[in-house]
Amino acid sequence: MARISSAKELEEVRKGIVSKKDPNKPCVAICGGIGCLGGREDLVNAFEKEIKKQKLQGKVDVRVTGCHGFCAQGPNIVIYPDEICYVKVQPEDASEIVKQTLVEKKVVDRLVYTDPNTGEKAVYQSDIPYYKKQMRNLLGTNPKIDPRNIDDYLAIGGYSSLAKALSKMTPEQVLDEVKKANLRGRGGGGFPAGLKWETARNAPAELKYVICNGHEGEPGAYMDRAIFQGNPHLIIEGLIIGGYAIGARQGFIYTRHDMPRLRENIDLALKTAHDYGFLGKNILGSGFDFEIEVHLDVGIFVSGEASALMRSIEGKAPEPRPKYTRTAVKGIWERPSNLNNVETWANVPQIIGKGADWYLGIGTEGSKGTKMISLSGNIVNTGVVEVPFGTTLKEIVYDIGGGIPNGKKLKAIHFGAAMGGSLPAELIDTPLDFDVMSKLGAAIGAGGLFVMDEDTNMVSMNRFFLDFLAKESCGKCVPCREGIRQMLRIMTRMSEGKGREGDIEALEELCEVGSLASLCALGKTTSSPIYSALRYFKKEYEASIKNKGTPPNC
Amino acid sequence: MDSKRIDEIINKYEGMANSVIMVLMDIQHENHWLPREVLEKISKKLSVPLSEILHIATFYKTFSLKPQGRHEVHVCTGTSCHQRGSEKILEKVQDLIGVKPGETTSDLRFSLENGSCLGCCTLGPEMVVDGVHHSNITPDDVEDILKNYK
Repeated sequence: MARISSAKELEEVRKGIVSKKDPNKPCVAICGGIGCLGGREDLVNAFEKEIKKQKLQGKVDVRVTGCHGFCAQGPNIVIYPDEICYVKVQPEDASEIVKQTLVEKKVVDRLVYTDPNTGEKAVYQSDIPYYKKQMRNLLGTNPKIDPRNIDDYLAIGGYSSLAKALSKMTPEQVLDEVKKANLRGRGGGGFPAGLKWETARNAPAELKYVICNGHEGEPGAYMDRAIFQGNPHLIIEGLIIGGYAIGARQGFIYTRHDMPRLRENIDLALKTAHDYGFLGKNILGSGFDFEIEVHLDVGIFVSGEASALMRSIEGKAPEPRPKYTRTAVKGIWERPSNLNNVETWANVPQIIGKGADWYLGIGTEGSKGTKMISLSGNIVNTGVVEVPFGTTLKEIVYDIGGGIPNGKKLKAIHFGAAMGGSLPAELIDTPLDFDVMSKLGAAIGAGGLFVMDEDTNMVSMNRFFLDFLAKESCGKCVPCREGIRQMLRIMTRMSEGKGREGDIEALEELCEVGSLASLCALGKTTSSPIYSALRYFKKEYEASIKNKGTPPNC
Repeated sequence: MDSKRIDEIINKYEGMANSVIMVLMDIQHENHWLPREVLEKISKKLSVPLSEILHIATFYKTFSLKPQGRHEVHVCTGTSCHQRGSEKILEKVQDLIGVKPGETTSDLRFSLENGSCLGCCTLGPEMVVDGVHHSNITPDDVEDILKNYK
């Protein structure tokens, strides 16, 4: 493939790709997400074998895609062009699906999703209640494209936002559009991305960097890898647009080392983007040069923190540093470095493509657009969900998530894992919103929604969170290193029914010092689960001291 | 690990700013642990003080400074697996093989690890042995699974 040299040529290439694709050609799209066990080879092989056996080679495509989202019903497959959706598909089902659905155009009834509440069957993805209530602006294309084929991405309009930015907009205009859209960081802080970009843009330096943080170390958070593995070009396109707006010629992707397929898809996407001319020198004839390098976390939670991550890219141990100077001003090698999370970058192409006004129409006043949420814990439909901001937690947990399994009652909804907070079941009508949730003490964080049923003991749950943080603390600053250890000691004895008078007060004091004096967000937010538990579940803490035991409900 | 292969890995990354991490990762991946003399060699060849290499090698959890067993058993103890009973799975594994997380059995058959969410919460509680996921398991399943790894 020769490099594409202008926006006009890109449109011609796109037309060529689309004209070669037959929209009526049947295709079996097999979910390759990790919840469906990474597009299990036995399942893919079974379909390929069956297609050969029934002499359909060349007439039917098999596509291993990114995560479809409905992990609880995996392995999921979608049969195009009719978009028939089958759940819990096993290799032995391949022959029946090929014969019935691909040849005779009939639906295999037993593989169709059945609503456990109503008994109704849903043949198409759009009929399944789990998908119905979502707004899948980012994830929706996952089943439609092969993440290893750049032509699939181009066929759905990929890189047109980059072409628009480079050919019709100045860097300032791109920046203004992102600022106007009020895109807020999806990694945890909810800080306006446009303001961060502006800081990095205005910082006086010849060399600047943009970074995509795909570390995703928060337990129970797995939406970033769903989109990154399933549609890597989307994030790459966002990152290049960001580089253009900020004035950076070098981008970094920091991602997980323990997911080989994710890494492969990213590497391949970078290579093909380079071949097509979306990376490298003089991109689309605009004179703008941009390169991206991949770096891997080596298995420690704190390296997802911005300043620690930058140390890691420099090749050092990932210890955070104090932030009296922002990383957008002094980051990697003391140069302005703008870091955003995977999902934030994924939002950029649609903001540029469809405009900030379109984007502002989705969400609440302070939180615009959609948010990807990963559901985990005591919930029927574990999986990746994308909803507009403003959707209530009730809709997410019950209408989409299918409620609590085994007939149990909901006790708490927890966001942000070990550094987040829990809301009691009474607050289930709360809308998903950065500011509303923060005020209630359960900041959205990266978007891992963890559900706890009535049997959960909040004291031992908090002890579990502290145990995690104690192991992950880098040990550089005293409030975090020593504070967490002391908090863990207190919580351990409380959870063993050996709590003492004054323990809660001591915890509160340790929380206060830790949140004021720690170097980075890990130490600063260690207190969040405890604060929220003391706000909503204090009785349980007190009972664990008074009763010398820890009943889950007091 | 033969020294020619180590040289190859070092040469591949020489000159890159974060070469130490990349070299350590590749060696860890192929050899499953980082022997002291290998670290000394890296230090010499990349002109990075051994203390700095040890700082990195002991900081990141993926790196191991001790020999690893033939089979790596990883019990996910992320939030969701914890909530669904992974602690009992971990206890059972510890009872059966007689070592704690971070340790290796004396016959070098198993190394046990726990922690870090693997992002497939729907499969929890789960145990991964040599990269193969054993999902939605109970403590009673553990013995049968481990039997297959000699």
